[in-house]
Amino acid sequence: MESQVRMAHRADKQPMPIAEGELVYRQTRWTRLTHWLWALSLFFLLLSGLQIFNAHPALYIGKQSGFAFNNDVLTIGAEDTTTGPVGYTTVLGHRFNTTGVLGLSGPSDNPSGRAFPAWATIPSGQDLATGRVVHFFFAWLLSGTLFVWLVASLFSGHLRRDLAPGGEDLRRLPKDIADHARLKFHHSRDYNTLQKLAYGGVLFMLLPLMILTGLAMSPSMNAAVPFIADLLGGRQTARTIHFATMTLLVGFFVIHMLMILAAGPFNELRSIITGWYRTDPPESGRHQGSA
Amino acid sequence: MSRFQLTRRRFLTAATLGASTVALSGCDAFDFLQDRDSKVRNFLTGANDLTYHAQRLIAGRSSLAQEFTEADIRQPQRPNGITAPNDDTYLALQSNDFADWRLQVIGLVEKPLSLSRQQLMSMPSRTQITRHDCVEGWSCIAKWTGVPMALVLDQAVVKPQARYAVFHCLDTIEQSLSGNIKYYGSIDLVDARHPQTILAYGMNGRPLPVENGAPLRVRVERQLGYKMPKYVHKIELVDSFGTMGLGKGGYWEDRGYDWYGGI
Repeated sequence: MESQVRMAHRADKQPMPIAEGELVYRQTRWTRLTHWLWALSLFFLLLSGLQIFNAHPALYIGKQSGFAFNNDVLTIGAEDTTTGPVGYTTVLGHRFNTTGVLGLSGPSDNPSGRAFPAWATIPSGQDLATGRVVHFFFAWLLSGTLFVWLVASLFSGHLRRDLAPGGEDLRRLPKDIADHARLKFHHSRDYNTLQKLAYGGVLFMLLPLMILTGLAMSPSMNAAVPFIADLLGGRQTARTIHFATMTLLVGFFVIHMLMILAAGPFNELRSIITGWYRTDPPESGRHQGSA
Repeated sequence: MSRFQLTRRRFLTAATLGASTVALSGCDAFDFLQDRDSKVRNFLTGANDLTYHAQRLIAGRSSLAQEFTEADIRQPQRPNGITAPNDDTYLALQSNDFADWRLQVIGLVEKPLSLSRQQLMSMPSRTQITRHDCVEGWSCIAKWTGVPMALVLDQAVVKPQARYAVFHCLDTIEQSLSGNIKYYGSIDLVDARHPQTILAYGMNGRPLPVENGAPLRVRVERQLGYKMPKYVHKIELVDSFGTMGLGKGGYWEDRGYDWYGGI
């Protein structure tokens, strides 16, 4: 889709004290629609996923869960001590007191022993059945829209034009990193190198890995395509990767929000809601890039 | 600079609104989904049909669950749910080492059966080392020995109108105001006749322990653990399970779990 350009509102007679760049049509309706469908899906998948995790708050490496042997990499739990109940998280044998958030949370006079706290799960109480209903619905919504988007973007050229980093992008990478580190943002129609890498990483690596590790946990899919679980190191390793990838997606979300705040939230939000994005005035440089 | 301030103010307003929505949602804004009659929940549950059909399409009728080696049996099979039924009927049978126990095969069959454990054990058997996947998320590998369910169904001669096999169990899983609720579950005839679906009386080379479902449990290897009832004493062939329990085909299904537990 060619970017439509319209000039910023500007009185012709008297120049504005602050120069404004052009408003460009940056995000197509399909990009905006899929963006918000994915945001919605990931929100529900995360919170219902933590609900499901709470049913057995331990992660293992291998085909099975070690009950008579030790292959866990993360456990969250609660136990009584002489000074009262304590919530703990054990990561690779290192034990942390996480009372209040992980293992034990809720009102201090009546805390409940649960891995992730009520505010982080859907539903808030322990309800694996409902968590699964929500999780699988949004898993379909996410993977369905991702698949349609992928095919459509391949044919429309969106992938090649807007997301695939080219030689020019890689050459500009050091400067792009330096600019981001100094919170110096350039606003143009095109994504900068770090954006292409981040969005591409989420769309082509993290989300497909989420779907793949999700399928690897299904006994019926294990019968149909056993090599998926085998390649990932067994069903329990797949479950651990599913969880680890979730933390990477949460990390992406946090950085995504910070970058939007730093690069100008009004302009950034407008572009993902209406499609229109105000670019830098020409005199401040023609480099591409923004949040 | 006035433009920036306006932007910032607008943004802060939006951010505050947004943050409060998120804070709400995490707490209990979506707890209405727990209401089993909620229209939204029923809409979301519709995805289970899609999941079921996708699994049947991809896994087919007879793809086999992965089987493992003796070296993968590294621990006793972890028991779950009821591990020591205290129903009088069960305790009486247990005290006699299940000598008086019978497996009834009834319903839409030409020849109803009543089989002793000895009779079942004298039929051709199948032994498989498989991974038990619990809906909670854990897995455990064990060796199971039993009669292929297809052989028992053939002996009973299933009538053409039968669509499901319902397993009735001896253990009380819940005591409700209207009486004791016994565990039950159902599978369709595709899974009932699957080569790895066995009526297991042995585990890890020994008789099936009580905590794992003695004297008989089902193995349905392409589904989750809650689809494999323990303490089975009756298999009923039906064309619909709508009138049993709460009508969803099993104890856990009646409590909101999907009928096809393949994922």
